[in-house]
Amino acid sequence: MPSGTLRTPAVPSSAPPPADGPPTGAAPPRVVARRPLGQWAAAAVVLVLLGLVLRSVAGNDAFRWDLVAAYFLTTPVLNGLLLTLGLTAAVLVLGFALGTLLATMRLAANPVLRGVSAGYIWLFRSVPILVQLLFWFNIGALYPTLLGVRTVHLLAPPVIAVLGLTLHEAAYAAEVVRAGILSVDRGQTEAAQSLGLGRWRRLRRIVLPQAMRSIVPPAGNMLIGTLKGTSVVSMIAVNDLLYSVQLIYHRTYQVIPMLMVATVWYVIITSLLSVGQHYVERRYARGTAGAR
Amino acid sequence: MSPQPAMVEVRAVHKSFGPLDVLKGVDLRVAAGEVTVVIGPSGSGKSTLLRTLNHLEKVDSGTVAVDGTLIGYRRSGDRLYELREREILRQRTRIGFVFQDFHLFPHLTVVENLTEAPVSALGRSRKAATATALALLDRVGLADKADAYPRQLSGGQQQRVAIARALALEPKLLLFDEPTSALDPELVGEVLDVIKDLARRGTTMIVVTHEIGFAREVADTVVFMADGRIVEQGPPGQLLDAPREARTRAFLAKVL
Repeated sequence: MPSGTLRTPAVPSSAPPPADGPPTGAAPPRVVARRPLGQWAAAAVVLVLLGLVLRSVAGNDAFRWDLVAAYFLTTPVLNGLLLTLGLTAAVLVLGFALGTLLATMRLAANPVLRGVSAGYIWLFRSVPILVQLLFWFNIGALYPTLLGVRTVHLLAPPVIAVLGLTLHEAAYAAEVVRAGILSVDRGQTEAAQSLGLGRWRRLRRIVLPQAMRSIVPPAGNMLIGTLKGTSVVSMIAVNDLLYSVQLIYHRTYQVIPMLMVATVWYVIITSLLSVGQHYVERRYARGTAGAR
Repeated sequence: MSPQPAMVEVRAVHKSFGPLDVLKGVDLRVAAGEVTVVIGPSGSGKSTLLRTLNHLEKVDSGTVAVDGTLIGYRRSGDRLYELREREILRQRTRIGFVFQDFHLFPHLTVVENLTEAPVSALGRSRKAATATALALLDRVGLADKADAYPRQLSGGQQQRVAIARALALEPKLLLFDEPTSALDPELVGEVLDVIKDLARRGTTMIVVTHEIGFAREVADTVVFMADGRIVEQGPPGQLLDAPREARTRAFLAKVL
């Protein structure tokens, strides 16, 4: 860019203008932004493709949108949805409670606590969740009775679903919480120690609230993953959203419409959770630059 | 020996980090109501010494006593047994510590920073703690910032809040670890003014600092440390203007 364009009107007008500069004293030159024509062309192509896909979906009668609408709010579907939501909430709360315990063990000075925590995380991350669920489902083969009760009575499929998903969730939650705790400056703990705050109080009042900033985004990710992941419990005959629609299509053979019922519900709940995550993140951003 | 009772009594303290000897036998006595300023080159052990005084750093050998009580340990015969954390935390509530980087709690408002410890460590009511906190904020000139978050304050203001936070526990002893080193030059004065005000009120303080002018003005005793030892100590007029040791002279020639 020629240096002359940077001149301000403060330059005395008697000075001769540079050969390639604008006439001094005139209005400053107008700025014209570059036009990204290539991107606009690409956008047009994408829009056309999207339109073709939408037209094919809307025009394909095999989707049977009338059936989707008819079954969307029926009692079996809603009951299944309720079980999926309850299962997700229970697994999230229990999984993060156990995960926080595992994370603090992993960060402890004692090598046994550290080792046990690391071993747990290693084991439960290594085995696919479906395999874990089938294992718990068949635990009666190893321990026919537990606490004096027949194992099959004690561990009904919904209990196994909570147990299996929680143990799996905790292994991942532990790493998310550990990363969050490590993201908090060590000086925060020292300051709390110098003020005489006890170990539990330091964790709950000082470290965890700050760790939440790093914990919430991956935890939101995990929550959505858990919501959808609960669908594996349909494999052990737990009456969740997916299992409920499967029961219906096994009777009516309307597989695609019933899968669409489940799909739309999963999308709706996931969208609501994403909105919720935004507000949770804002809450834990208190005190950071630009937030109040 | 000073006629006043000793507030701090450090005897033969040794401390090493792995192969690195940081404190090589430090003895220090601070009388109640006095201001002691510790100066010395980086890595001389000043901050480590300060941190042993409230057991943020464990000692390898030697004893630290504050107001006649051993800090961090219980003596039984010729052994020192480390105290349980609960007892150490109770001892720390009587010793205020101000960090170089403030370490305010960023997710709590200014007044919450000041009330957290009195409520949880001393069992004060939130109402009483808030009243004390507001009075302290007024004293450091930040009464209008009670509901601000730390990051909305300048560095100097944050450090004044940190000092008020330490004072909220009504400590017998205040420790400052380079309280102005993280500040922009134009903000140093406001923090030093608060510390000077505390000195006038007779607070017992130990201040690790590079501010030689501050040492001259406020200190009752200046301690010069180098290489893990106290090289010499004395009133500021003597130590800063007529140092006996060559190392002290060499250091002062560099910083003055």
